[in-house]
Amino acid sequence: MSDIIKIEGLHFHYTSPDGSSTDEVLKGIDLTVKQGEFVAVLGHNGSGKSTLAKHINAILLPTEGKVTVDGIDTADESRIFELRQTAGMVFQNPDNQIVSSVVEEDVAFALENLGVPYEEMRERVDDALKTVGMYDLRLHSPSQLSGGQKQRVAIAGVLAMCPKCLILDESTAMLDPQGRKEVLATVRHMNREQGMTVILITHYMDEAAGCDRVVVMDGGSIIMDGTPEKVFSQVERLKEAGLDVPQVTELAYELRKAGYDISPEIINGEECADALAELLSS
Amino acid sequence: MAILETQELTYTYSVGTPFEKTAVDHVSLSIEEGEMIGVIGHTGSGKSTLIQHFNGLLTPSSGKVILDGRDIWADKKKIRDVRFKVGLVFQYPEYQIFEETVYRDIAFGPKNMGLSDTEIKRRVLETANDIGLPEELLERSPFELSGGQKRRVAIAGVMAMEPRVLILDEPAAGLDPAGRELIFSHIRAYHRRTGNTTLIVSHSMEDVASFADRILVMNQGKVFCFDETEKVFARAEEITKIGLDVPQITKVFLELKRRGFDFGKEVYTVDSAKELILRRLSERKGL
Repeated sequence: MSDIIKIEGLHFHYTSPDGSSTDEVLKGIDLTVKQGEFVAVLGHNGSGKSTLAKHINAILLPTEGKVTVDGIDTADESRIFELRQTAGMVFQNPDNQIVSSVVEEDVAFALENLGVPYEEMRERVDDALKTVGMYDLRLHSPSQLSGGQKQRVAIAGVLAMCPKCLILDESTAMLDPQGRKEVLATVRHMNREQGMTVILITHYMDEAAGCDRVVVMDGGSIIMDGTPEKVFSQVERLKEAGLDVPQVTELAYELRKAGYDISPEIINGEECADALAELLSS
Repeated sequence: MAILETQELTYTYSVGTPFEKTAVDHVSLSIEEGEMIGVIGHTGSGKSTLIQHFNGLLTPSSGKVILDGRDIWADKKKIRDVRFKVGLVFQYPEYQIFEETVYRDIAFGPKNMGLSDTEIKRRVLETANDIGLPEELLERSPFELSGGQKRRVAIAGVMAMEPRVLILDEPAAGLDPAGRELIFSHIRAYHRRTGNTTLIVSHSMEDVASFADRILVMNQGKVFCFDETEKVFARAEEITKIGLDVPQITKVFLELKRRGFDFGKEVYTVDSAKELILRRLSERKGL
């Protein structure tokens, strides 16, 4: 599979209005994401993960280094609209992302700006709403929706642009467990069925455990990168980085420490129940 | 003695419109002085509507709220006193910060209570200490602080009023794991120092399990259960059925039970899981 996102030697610091610059937020990031991958990015608050995400669709530009998305250099101003159609972003607060008073009009917002013909727009909006399971509520007012439903409308707005890559910047942080499940199921579906590349920035370890690959950030650098099994098995390193591991991984880790033969790469409940049952009946 | 009680409390939104909805439905419960309570329920379960009755932000459609033995609506003019006694910290309280310095923001509530400057100072310093804000931050603008620090300033502002009942709605929402733990440990520190009654609303059973004496589970406007933490988790399967999540480790032990490994007790923390498994394994070795 081809690489869709290529980040090379990325450094970044914010500049204050008075011209002085802050400490470096990103300190030399190298990261390549393949088309169709589902990547979780973990890191404590202030580790630089959101700043990194904002470089993928040129909300921020590198102080040093280079970011390309599907062959487009994010610093190339002439291609910025093309770039933002390629990489769509969904933010944390659903209430800050909805602009219209009718669900389907909100989803059509970007397409209207792009001057997409009516017939095609109708089709793309309907498709996007069906994908996120909000088609039946298309004529409702967003104010009557739950947080999870609003986030799905926000995702539909991005989907209507048919991006190759979807970036979720803590998009489930303000949702309840039910809303989180709805949003993740939607995203997972798009990843599997349509091969959409997904970058999921999250604080929830259980969400990361379901991804293909986990990238861990600390202090503006990438400190770990691998499958969820490999990353979560390094319990101590993750705790040092201010992160947690799933409860089942921690239990396996503790039992190993106590001298029992149990895989350190347990990340979900089913694997844990299997391993414990085996241990208890051996 | 009960500090806070509800009797057949009912609240209906938008009466007489197509949106009419009974959010709290004949709820009767009693909270003892000094308890630490976790409140759980999914969106629309009525938990937010319920807690807004506790300090008189909403007036019951029917039924009563009793604070310290008195119906809070018996004398409408005294509702202000109720709000001093029951402090409510909303979700994302950092959006409500407005003062020029951290000190003044925390002092705002106590000032409105008409306290003396010395008393206000004592309260600001003590709560800042409880919540983990170093003294040198007090003269800074709250808007220069990090998100987690701002959240703590906002919480301290309510704590400094020293309410007898402190209610926090999702105080850890949106924080990273270390930040969540920090907030909860500071709330516990304040609770221990003042011996007040604390209610924490949360979506996370794992968090609630770690601090609560008792857990109130709301479902469809009614009390699903209100009991000691262990007894609530004994009903883990039912709780999953009403759409709430139980800790991952609890689910694993339910599955083990189905497979014939019964540990005879509910498990909801990694520590107790480890202990039970290790004990079982060493017992078997002994045989």
